[in-house]
Amino acid sequence: MKNLEILEKKINSELTTKINTSNITHNHIFLNIDEEDLLDVILFLKTNSDTKFKQLIDITAVDYPEKEMRFKIVYLFLSHEKNQRVKVDFFIKENTPVTSITSIFPSANWMEREVFDMYGIYFKNHPDLRRILTDYGFEGHPLRKDFPLTGHNEVRYSEDDKKVVYEPVKLEQNYRNFDYESPWEGTKYIKDISKK
Amino acid sequence: MAKETKKLNLNFGPQHPAAHGVLRLILELDGEIVEKADPHIGLLHRGTEKLIENKTYMQAVPYFDRLDYVAPMNQEHAFALAIEKILKIDVPIRAQFIRVMFCEIGRILSHILNITTQAMDVGALTPTLWGFEEREKLMGFYERVSGSRLHANYFRAGGVHQDLPRGLDEDIAIFCKNFPKIISDLETLLTDNRIFKQRNVDIGVVTKQDALDYSFSGVMLRGSGIPWDLRKSQSYDCYDQFEFKIPVGKNGDCYDRYLCRIEEMKESVKIINQCLNKMPKGPVKSLDGKITPPKKKDIKESMEALIHHFKLFTEGYRVEKDEIYIAVEAPKGEFGIYLISDGSSKPYKCKIRAPGFFHLQAMDYLIKGHMLADVPAVLGSMDIVFGEVDR
Repeated sequence: MKNLEILEKKINSELTTKINTSNITHNHIFLNIDEEDLLDVILFLKTNSDTKFKQLIDITAVDYPEKEMRFKIVYLFLSHEKNQRVKVDFFIKENTPVTSITSIFPSANWMEREVFDMYGIYFKNHPDLRRILTDYGFEGHPLRKDFPLTGHNEVRYSEDDKKVVYEPVKLEQNYRNFDYESPWEGTKYIKDISKK
Repeated sequence: MAKETKKLNLNFGPQHPAAHGVLRLILELDGEIVEKADPHIGLLHRGTEKLIENKTYMQAVPYFDRLDYVAPMNQEHAFALAIEKILKIDVPIRAQFIRVMFCEIGRILSHILNITTQAMDVGALTPTLWGFEEREKLMGFYERVSGSRLHANYFRAGGVHQDLPRGLDEDIAIFCKNFPKIISDLETLLTDNRIFKQRNVDIGVVTKQDALDYSFSGVMLRGSGIPWDLRKSQSYDCYDQFEFKIPVGKNGDCYDRYLCRIEEMKESVKIINQCLNKMPKGPVKSLDGKITPPKKKDIKESMEALIHHFKLFTEGYRVEKDEIYIAVEAPKGEFGIYLISDGSSKPYKCKIRAPGFFHLQAMDYLIKGHMLADVPAVLGSMDIVFGEVDR
């Protein structure tokens, strides 16, 4: 894709210092920026006549608990006119708020609510930051890597109390997570041999 | 003396039949006019993304059937494509044809359900009865190819699980011959029906700009006059080998979206027909023994096949470190997978971009100023399925 390379150069030359790194993989432009430049970069991508990334596809986060900059926030955009996609990301520490982009893309509202719900990342200037997918009164952030797969509470209807009750999870058998990973680096090695 | 008025708060759902599942919609009414709608979702949240992070790539496939459960294979397709792109596997051409064919069957499945239930929401019962007879036939095809009517678990990275059983292609061809007649029957019931038009024309109008701003995709976008279909613009598998048109609406109201879906079903039938005519012979899954499980016969004869089988169903195949976003045109819109692999046999992260989530988000904007009775009509035309919205 030749156009993609031209577009990447264009974005780089216009935004210069605001872009930390950029590359093209799987026909997407990947841009790494700093949190404070977020609004500028996104406004540029949306309004510039060469980019026209007018649709926000998704916002999500990735948790790397071992890193100091724990969360990676990812924004995906689509340009219908140029038929291109771009991904913008940056790293933040835990407990660092991120600027909301609801003023630029109204659809960011629920996406940011979902990231808040799942990862506990706070968005500044968000009009209505509530939990969205989890239960009323839910505690914890399920998609963080340190949240257990089974969760903390289970729900049932109690015939005695005539209401729905929450109790700590009690499993008849613990969740079994066997380590099947082979210590050898199988697949790739054999692939290389078979190519020769 | 001024009349004193009081706003009314109304709980629509979660057990309302027109809420298409488990939507709790809190409406603020002024008389019969809706002033504000606040959808509360998540009543069907199962933590799909968390579960996928804890399963091998092969074990993760069935979770995709349970997202948009009226068109399961379209979701599996996105996941299979994502893995294939990272591993750089070539998919045999016959497998691509089979996948495209079943994706189009899924599209018809979804659109029949949507059109007929939308009609039911505004008061017509007959289309549902007629349409569901056809859905039953299509789910019969699902069952014959995968063993299951709904949760197919049929697409694999590198192809499909098994070849078409004998005689299935002829039966699909017979279906394709008869189905256009059923569509026109449905159309005689609905398209010029006075009540259906009164309930849908000029209701829930979406302008082009708002369709973009609210991240709409699929029919919600095309109904507003934006010609955009990922099957054409960012073609995947062998969609570029088929001839089909992209129906586009004009006014962006519920009625135009209904018309788009009717036309899309006709196009899908065309694609299925082309698939059947052009389908080549050959393998239906990748021949790489590190990805595809061996045949039962080989396991009994070859040590290597036995090892492959054991490793594939315990450890699973490893996917090298990469990051990818793949989108397919599911019946409801752009269904995307944002996958991060870390070199192990389980995904590090798998974000599912479900189109219905973003459509439902715009509920407040779409319904503001409409009557209470329009809520089911707008909801119906958005094509919401809670399996994918709540994930």
